[in-house]
Amino acid sequence: MSDVAGTGAGTTPKRSLMAQLEIDTRLLGMLGAFALLCLVFTVVTGGTFLSARNIFNITIQTVSVALMATGMVFVIVTRHIDLSVGSVLAMCSAVMAVVQTQWLPQGLGLPLGHWLIAPAAILAGLAVGTAIGAFHGYLAGYQGIPSFIVTLGGLLIWRNVSWYTTGGQTVAPLDRTLLMFGGSEGTLGPTWSWVIAILACVVAVAAIWSARAGKARHGFPVKPVWAEAAMTAILLAAVLGFTAILNSYLIPSAKLERMFEARGETMPEGFTLGHGLPISVLILIVVAVAMTVIARKTRLGRYIFATGGNPDAAELSGINTRWLTVKVFALMGFLCGLSALVAQARLQSHANDIGTLDELRVIAAAVIGGTALAGGIGTIYGAILGALIMQSLQSGMGMVGVDTPFQNIVVGAVLVIAVWIDIIYRKRSGAMK
Amino acid sequence: MTVNRSGTPLLEMRDISIAFGGVRAVDHVTVDLYPGEVVGLLGHNGAGKSTLIKILSGAYKADSGDIFVEGRKVEINNPRDARSHNIETIYQTLALADNLDAASNLFLGRELTTPFGLVDDARMEAETRRIMGRLNPNFRKFAEPVKALSGGQRQSVAIARAVYFNARILIMDEPTAALGVHETAMVAELIRELKAQGLGIFLISHDIHDVMGLCDRVTVMKNGKLVGSERVEDVTEDDILSMIILGKNPRREAA
Repeated sequence: MSDVAGTGAGTTPKRSLMAQLEIDTRLLGMLGAFALLCLVFTVVTGGTFLSARNIFNITIQTVSVALMATGMVFVIVTRHIDLSVGSVLAMCSAVMAVVQTQWLPQGLGLPLGHWLIAPAAILAGLAVGTAIGAFHGYLAGYQGIPSFIVTLGGLLIWRNVSWYTTGGQTVAPLDRTLLMFGGSEGTLGPTWSWVIAILACVVAVAAIWSARAGKARHGFPVKPVWAEAAMTAILLAAVLGFTAILNSYLIPSAKLERMFEARGETMPEGFTLGHGLPISVLILIVVAVAMTVIARKTRLGRYIFATGGNPDAAELSGINTRWLTVKVFALMGFLCGLSALVAQARLQSHANDIGTLDELRVIAAAVIGGTALAGGIGTIYGAILGALIMQSLQSGMGMVGVDTPFQNIVVGAVLVIAVWIDIIYRKRSGAMK
Repeated sequence: MTVNRSGTPLLEMRDISIAFGGVRAVDHVTVDLYPGEVVGLLGHNGAGKSTLIKILSGAYKADSGDIFVEGRKVEINNPRDARSHNIETIYQTLALADNLDAASNLFLGRELTTPFGLVDDARMEAETRRIMGRLNPNFRKFAEPVKALSGGQRQSVAIARAVYFNARILIMDEPTAALGVHETAMVAELIRELKAQGLGIFLISHDIHDVMGLCDRVTVMKNGKLVGSERVEDVTEDDILSMIILGKNPRREAA
């Protein structure tokens, strides 16, 4: 008897600690794996892996895939798949490239560098992506063609339509304003980065507090204050720490001198300036927050998850699942357009092979992030973390000097192992039948 | 309790037909339902009763025939139309999304929202707690996906959904098929309570005892055709069985 009581007392506090913090153990596992990865590469590279410069680089390299991965979560949650995202990205990129270098300057006679060129090119790219996505969604939703087939066709079609759009040529140089969306060419600088970080902290605290107040108003159990405070503190420390790191990565002095010269000034002696938050990363953060709000707090998100859980139930509940499919794919297409902007700005050109194999990276990021291919389960933050883990792995192996073929072997193995661990975890926790 | 059948029926499905390929699943069937009445819909598998009911709930569209709610002709083209006429269905397969919690399922398709248009989870959970407190006071698993619930708990979520949105016409397809003895009794009690509130209920069941105990009338179908519709007090269990099996109405044959 006393034995039983003893074990009970031993295990209860441990369980209730996790319960009280309401930590997603799956997320914790992923963060653990990510931390381990960083640790190994840091040791092997003698600290270079965690330098401000490398963190900055990995961050801006992750954005393109991570943006699309957030959309892929919705696609997979509704039991579909999109194999065409890499080609749609290329298509959007091609349209943006020809709009800014040919159609507007030659067709409308706008001088190169005109303020209208970048917004017009971006809008055209986003519109093309959204339209292609909506068309895929129409074929899958209303015509009942399996999305695997629709987007497999799309993978071949859009890659080559994009080839014809530019006549097979690499398009460069691109508009100066547009290059700001690529990463290192467009950063906010330390001051604005801090402003945004502090603003984000305020919003986060307000959101946590209002969620808590909402629960309390209806008399539901809430986390103990210390648990809420601890989680909030960790979150704020992460935001501020990340900002500090990005701010500490200094812009090379030669580049600074050029920036001063461009404004007709001379650089003061010993002047330094940190990069701060890249605009592309800011876009990713905004998209991540927006997609998370859509997933959790809007009817659209509720219907996406309901349809993934039980399409018949969703249909019988009056949800128009066909139209929903169009919306989900249109959103995916829009994000491909946004990704195309970031990708071509980072590479400072549009080339035919832009986004090649991105569909596999995007699906892998979503799946490593815990999106179940059977539908109904997935998180936005998981997909972004999945993209970050993959990029870090690739980048780290590159720094260590692992051959490219072997890098791909490792990435492939990690994908399979991650899903395998996830299946074991879900079986144990009873989330899967 | 006697049902007053002198006024306009709450619902009338008149001369309904639907065919799938060459098969006439429902063949010129007319049924009606009065307020406070429970009508048992009986027949073998494939008799067409589930198909008939799916036409009413908007899952299928009839090839011909009319539907009248309180004497007014209505068009039901999809589940949303049915809901807008306060017709609620509890399906045999329990149309719940397994990955969502009870509140999300209860309000699926009709979420409560905040002034900003975002779903108001806290208010939906509070409303779910309120209605479940009435229907199934032992229900506790509000935060878990309904996958984790027992058959009876899932059934009570499905019933709560119909009750919460003030159904006037309730369709129950084998509501007790997956339930234990205690849970079956709970559902029977609930049906009596809803009937007392003046709802009209179509009850599809295979259990003749169920039907005799709960229903005011039985309507029997065979091979897509209507065999007959009789008041329970006018027929015996044997009469009903012969209607189901032989497709003959003993009272008509006698008359």
